[in-house]
Amino acid sequence: MATNQQRPLVPAQAGIQRPHDVRLWSPAFAGMSGGWTDLSGNNINHEIRMTFARSTLPADAGVGFKPQHLDGLLADAAPLGFVEIHAENYMGAGGPPHAMLAALRDRYALSIHGVGLSIGGLRPLDPEHLGRLKTLCDRHPPASFSEHLAWSSHDEVFYNDLLPLPYTAATLARVCEHVDAVQTALGREMLLENPSTYVLFATSTIAETDFLREVARRTGCGLLLDVNNVFVSATNHGTSAEDYLNAFPLAQVKEIHLGGHAETRDDAGAALLIDAHGTPVADPVWTLYEKTIARTGPLPTLIEWDNDVPDWPVLRAEAERARAVLRADVAARKDAA
Amino acid sequence: MSGAPFAAALLDPGRPLPVEITSHTARHPERRFAVYRNNVTASLIEALRARFPATEQIVGEDFFAATARDFVRAHPPRSPLLMRYGDGFPAFLEHFPPAAGMPWLADVARLEAARTRAYHAADAVPLGPSDFAAIDPATLGTLRVALHPSAAIVRSPFPVVTIWAMNSGTAALGPVDFDTPEDALVLRPHLDVTVTRLPPGAAAFLAALRADAAIADAAVAALADDAGFDPTAALALLIGSGLATAVTPAPEASP
Repeated sequence: MATNQQRPLVPAQAGIQRPHDVRLWSPAFAGMSGGWTDLSGNNINHEIRMTFARSTLPADAGVGFKPQHLDGLLADAAPLGFVEIHAENYMGAGGPPHAMLAALRDRYALSIHGVGLSIGGLRPLDPEHLGRLKTLCDRHPPASFSEHLAWSSHDEVFYNDLLPLPYTAATLARVCEHVDAVQTALGREMLLENPSTYVLFATSTIAETDFLREVARRTGCGLLLDVNNVFVSATNHGTSAEDYLNAFPLAQVKEIHLGGHAETRDDAGAALLIDAHGTPVADPVWTLYEKTIARTGPLPTLIEWDNDVPDWPVLRAEAERARAVLRADVAARKDAA
Repeated sequence: MSGAPFAAALLDPGRPLPVEITSHTARHPERRFAVYRNNVTASLIEALRARFPATEQIVGEDFFAATARDFVRAHPPRSPLLMRYGDGFPAFLEHFPPAAGMPWLADVARLEAARTRAYHAADAVPLGPSDFAAIDPATLGTLRVALHPSAAIVRSPFPVVTIWAMNSGTAALGPVDFDTPEDALVLRPHLDVTVTRLPPGAAAFLAALRADAAIADAAVAALADDAGFDPTAALALLIGSGLATAVTPAPEASP
């Protein structure tokens, strides 16, 4: 390079690894609580809820959209059912992000997946951010909107990660308030996704599956079941993924996520799985997925691949594998009928 | 729920784990909590790497990562819109002692920050040569010009465009005269962001137009800024670059 002769001494080594889940792609919200009459959550205004637009993703495979796959997606002779985007990357005023979305929406249903609302946060939702989300959903009306059972902001700092929360009566009431605020602001049903977690809270008193069931019951939201997250969390906490799925309110699930994970070791040398989204979906996760579809019937299924993103044919093949599971289930149900 | 101790410990490795954090294997799972610490810091460094690739190319990966880590800890994002994260990074570089030997580095970062803003800026249809051909030359000097929403000017006492171009793969490496000032125009008339080295005085000309001066008054301001200002070259830039989105008569000339 032209200028490295002037490079000064390098500061102390960072000692930082590559991020496990970079949800960016490079160039590179209202705190209303409509319908709440008490925090026990038993008196939500059902008239408001009835007006929410329901999630209408097709029961087909989809992929998380990366700009390098635009041409492949637009040229696909047997296009997948939908693409999913991370909402925050499309909150600029204009430019290529919106041009790409406009081109994709001619061929694909759109799922908008938020990563910045901080649904699990202590504070009320940021009305400015909720407003940006509303603007995006108005500009590119999605078939579905989803967010995470996690927090990412505290005291005005955005941490850019999906951070865990204890499951208690108080956090349940708060999450319901936030989900209700989102659905009221957007006029849409939202899907809430189960997280990957690496630690537990000694203060938790409610099982995650019960927590999600109760949020769905109180707010009328749908659920997004991330099967990789189920496997990752079960491994990380020494519990059974099958037991988790048996306890999960599958009737409320309107979309499934599949993604790859990485493996490391914890303080005691036990396996610690990281929701890294940088590899193919692991075989045990495919098995859990097949068992889930056998119980639920076909559901919109997304392949998430956010790091070390492969070329389009590799990602396309991974999505085709999910599609095959969905088609086999449709065939099996026909045979049974 | 997302308690203050958890949040505070994310960006400060010196802080203890929040007391309620546990695991089925270890009562105080430092390595597990470190996954969150690493995700936060590393993903924000990654966001800066994505926005400032030429800056990273100049200083090298290790220097950049260490600098970005210091910036992340001192100035974590205040918004989930990471496309805006790093607007303060150039000013941070300017006062970052290890970068004191590269006084032009902050301006290269300013140019890169402007490129991302242009990428996400509002769309507008630029005027082309045929739009200008319809203008009566006698009235040209009295006209006001609306500049494209993506347009940004970066002025530098250093050869910022040359250094950026050599470190972004858009120009071959060559000798650099670090005493040559350069002004950059960053623009996205359609889908591609362009970077143009402006001729002398043109930056002042465009700044005056943006402040709603008439073309003739902007030319006077440009000559005052730089006696080498060439009005013909400036008009050619205005007409040929897609920089203008509307031309309007002076208010007193309106019917």
